Amino acid sequence: MTAPLLRLASLAWRESRSARRRLLVSMSSIALGVAALVAIDSFAGNVTRSVHEQSRTILGGDVQVTAHRPLPAPVERWLDSLASRGVPNARLVSFPATATTPRTGGTRLVQVRGVGAGYPWYGRITTAPADQYTRLQTSPVVLVDPALLIATGARVGDTLTLGKGHFQIAGTLEDVPGTTEFSAALGPRVYVGQRYLASTQLLGFGATADYSAVLRLPRNTDPTRFVAPVKQTFNAQQIQTRTVTQTEQSTTNATNTLASFIGVVGLVALLLGGIGVASGIRAFVARKIDTVAILRCLGATAAQVLVIYVAQAAVMGLIGAAIGALLGVAVQFALPALVHGLIPVDVTPSIEPAAVLSGLAVGGWLALIFALRPLLALRTISPLQTLRRESDATVLRREVRDWRQLLVTIALIVSVVAVAMARADTPIQGLWIAAATAAVVGFLALSAELLTRIARRVLREGWPYVVRQGVANVYRPANQTRAVILSLGFGAFLLATLYLVQTNLLKTFALDATVTGANVLFFDVQDDQVTAVDSLVRAHGFRVVQRDATVPMRISAINGVPVAELARDTLGRQRREGWALRREYRSTFRDSLLGGERLRSGKFFDPHRTIAPADTGEVSIDVGLADNLRIALGDVITWDVQGVPIPTRVTSLREVTWMRFEPNFFAVFQPSVLRDAPKQYIVLADVPGPKNVAAIQRDVVHRFPNISAIDLALILSTVQRIVDRVTTAIRFMALFSVAIGIPVLFSAVAATRRDRIREGVLLKTLGATRAQIIRILVTEYALLGTLGSATGVLLALGGASALLHRVFKQPNFSIAVTPLVTMTVGMIALTVGIGVLAGRDVFRETAMAALRDGG
Amino acid sequence: MLIADSLTKEYRSGDRALAVLRHVSFTIPHGELVAIVGPSGSGKTTLLGLLAGLDTPTTGRVILDGDDLSQLSEDARARVRGDKIGFVFQNFQLIPTLTARENVQVPLELRGNNGNAGRNGADGPRRLETTPSARASELLGRVGLGDRTEHFPTQLSGGEQQRVAIARAFANQPALLFADEPTGNLDAASGARVVELLESLNRESGSTVIIVTHDATLAARARRRIRLADGAIVEDTGILA
Repeated sequence: MTAPLLRLASLAWRESRSARRRLLVSMSSIALGVAALVAIDSFAGNVTRSVHEQSRTILGGDVQVTAHRPLPAPVERWLDSLASRGVPNARLVSFPATATTPRTGGTRLVQVRGVGAGYPWYGRITTAPADQYTRLQTSPVVLVDPALLIATGARVGDTLTLGKGHFQIAGTLEDVPGTTEFSAALGPRVYVGQRYLASTQLLGFGATADYSAVLRLPRNTDPTRFVAPVKQTFNAQQIQTRTVTQTEQSTTNATNTLASFIGVVGLVALLLGGIGVASGIRAFVARKIDTVAILRCLGATAAQVLVIYVAQAAVMGLIGAAIGALLGVAVQFALPALVHGLIPVDVTPSIEPAAVLSGLAVGGWLALIFALRPLLALRTISPLQTLRRESDATVLRREVRDWRQLLVTIALIVSVVAVAMARADTPIQGLWIAAATAAVVGFLALSAELLTRIARRVLREGWPYVVRQGVANVYRPANQTRAVILSLGFGAFLLATLYLVQTNLLKTFALDATVTGANVLFFDVQDDQVTAVDSLVRAHGFRVVQRDATVPMRISAINGVPVAELARDTLGRQRREGWALRREYRSTFRDSLLGGERLRSGKFFDPHRTIAPADTGEVSIDVGLADNLRIALGDVITWDVQGVPIPTRVTSLREVTWMRFEPNFFAVFQPSVLRDAPKQYIVLADVPGPKNVAAIQRDVVHRFPNISAIDLALILSTVQRIVDRVTTAIRFMALFSVAIGIPVLFSAVAATRRDRIREGVLLKTLGATRAQIIRILVTEYALLGTLGSATGVLLALGGASALLHRVFKQPNFSIAVTPLVTMTVGMIALTVGIGVLAGRDVFRETAMAALRDGG
Repeated sequence: MLIADSLTKEYRSGDRALAVLRHVSFTIPHGELVAIVGPSGSGKTTLLGLLAGLDTPTTGRVILDGDDLSQLSEDARARVRGDKIGFVFQNFQLIPTLTARENVQVPLELRGNNGNAGRNGADGPRRLETTPSARASELLGRVGLGDRTEHFPTQLSGGEQQRVAIARAFANQPALLFADEPTGNLDAASGARVVELLESLNRESGSTVIIVTHDATLAARARRRIRLADGAIVEDTGILA
């Protein structure tokens, strides 16, 4: 730095003496936004590192080969040849089943894990009592989640039946690497030696099971390159290969998606903070008019003045950002405890320098760029103000619209858009966020303008003096209408949007779980068992709500082009999603739509129409799937139904409400097409009361051990646990936005505080009582509060509805009137409170002091 | 030398032009002590603003040592002020966040000349090999405030504040010093002290001092008086002399 600049810097430092605290408060509006970004980025960094360190443990090996059927002979041969070359594999079979404890009669849907010798190659499954895991390979014992013991009333040492197999409970699972709290939520895990699985007789035709081989590669072997030669062939046979690298990536991606979602709130907080900075600096600039005029008299150029105050703002902005970063680091250290059990790795928090630096840089820069616009007004303060002082508003109104203003405005817009694009999941999403923020700000500014105009027009001489004065404050010079409405409205918008999205999403869960009236779902019901299950349910006096046949199948061709060929075409607009081409579909057939389905296009099957053997059958496809497969009405999909090719023409597209508690299908066939195919059934029953549910589950499983049952209450409690976690997170974010809104609102009010105090003291000098002055303030702030919060809430209705429709794909949107009204009233009270609090100096200051200050 | 050449200043009030100064002309040679007097609203402060380059005339010119101030940009005029002009105001205009010494330092620091105050006046640039801080302390000593250098403006009396303002005005050894009602806010004793200071600094440094006042006693001490009424000169003792 050159000597003159150093001198200016030192002058800037000395001059900032009395304003440092105030300036820091203004610039600190940015701190909470920075805190959010630093916390989220640091935590995501921690997770990425932990996942990297523990990814082999999550997978249990280096490569996993999985199929929904026993691994075919060529794969087995490949595995054998690898084993002979020193690449061992361990087997894992996973499937749902109903476990029963004969001693207590308790039944429960469980997730069976049949593990072969060697699994897992990395990490250690710990048990209570200790070291029971190795016993799985030598005796017919099981290790279970403690939740199963609670659900069935069983104890360690009891017998547990799975299908036709009987096992002794050797202990409970303590720590299973790579699993989350919710892994065992729907069905507690039951670990059993793979060699003892046959005794269950649960792995027959149509059983829903995954068969895996987990490989341990020699050190320094790249898993991706290792599987590359076989990957394509395996894919073609619907055999999935998964490497430790992919596991790492997908786990990290999932965390990053969550982080970027929460990061959006942080980003909005940062922008709101920016508005707070701008308001605060505007107040600061007003206080500096006299000093700047003196400096200009003493020979300071406009550039020197700007350097002095930009330096002050920059330093305070950086300190504000640093406070935010520190706060962010503190939150980051608290986060692992909050998310414990939600992610499949143990996260050790540590400071992430990149996250802290980027938070500091983004926060510091945004604070400075938001401060720069009002600071530019300092350039235009005339030295004449030393001789003839005009009001703050008059002096600052002379703010010229020159190229510097334009440049700073452009830099501000570019910075906001760049930060939004960098922070969001995709650049387009970033643009949307920036555009939405701009739209909200624009709307609020517009409503502020409208208020000033309307207030001017409606004011009547006949109104009481204090009301007239309060209303006039809204439009007269030095009004704070725009600043207050902007900050308050933005806060209200954020808060109400979060609230509306939360309540609507939660409502969807509640609605969908009860709409069908069913609460127990039996699956894996064989063709010859369905009538018996039906009768059994009815014999207990309960209702069978729905019965759907399911036929497993895959797509073999679309419009005559084989899937393998379609999957290779990865370019262009017609690219079809690989997962949709390769997955196994469990489809049904019927001739009517269900309650949760809506016909979007085409015509659903005519039950009376018969088709000739040579005709192509009809199929109805879910609109989402049709989009992923690039399928339109009239296209022909050829299905591979257990080796038999079945061509079908798409004659309708359906919209399916996937969140309903009922079996939903991607493809529904015309009944005559699938009626004779080998099939299973899903039976949905309405069984009131937990005792009845337990009894019917027990009876069905006792008679048909292969059938599994899902209890709706169980799902609901799981959903509720997830919802509770989400609610806590959303409440935290809502509180966060209020926390940001308050300092921003303070800054907005502070911008014109000096003028308010001067006027208040003048009124006091002229005989106004304390009560009258308070009433004037209350009228003004109540008006501003009402308009700001009401506009914010109204904008939130649009924002939340758009989010629910576009992001969360929710067709319904309901408005929670009472909470929104409460929120609005609360915001108004907050504004009035802050306004009156800021005006309290009117009562403290003597008339002489204020008049002297006024020059 | 300062030349006011047919200065006119008009303000617009709605669609009417309001003339505050009308064709004011005079010349003030270097080293003079001049009082501009006149009743309230006569245009004294407006004239001071124009002469000091704080404002530009509607028509006419202000020429300081050959430079036409009205042709200079705001920043160029600021540099001229920093180099050649000092101010003393009725309400002192000290920066409240700076101590007395720091206030006096400001003009030196804005020039970035390490306290080597110089003047491009008649006797040419002068260099004082001191730091801004030392120079400020020295000046405060000269105005009798050597023991109050670290006090903030609010801790000083009105007379003391005005003396700090005078020390600041002379920090750069200006060719021209403007004093706007320098005794207006002071009691008689403090006012007298301030006037003596202005006179002695005028004598010692050779700076031209222009005092705007409606205080007849103060005006009487000036060697030349320019009297304004309704925006025009009604008396100039310099011309008579």
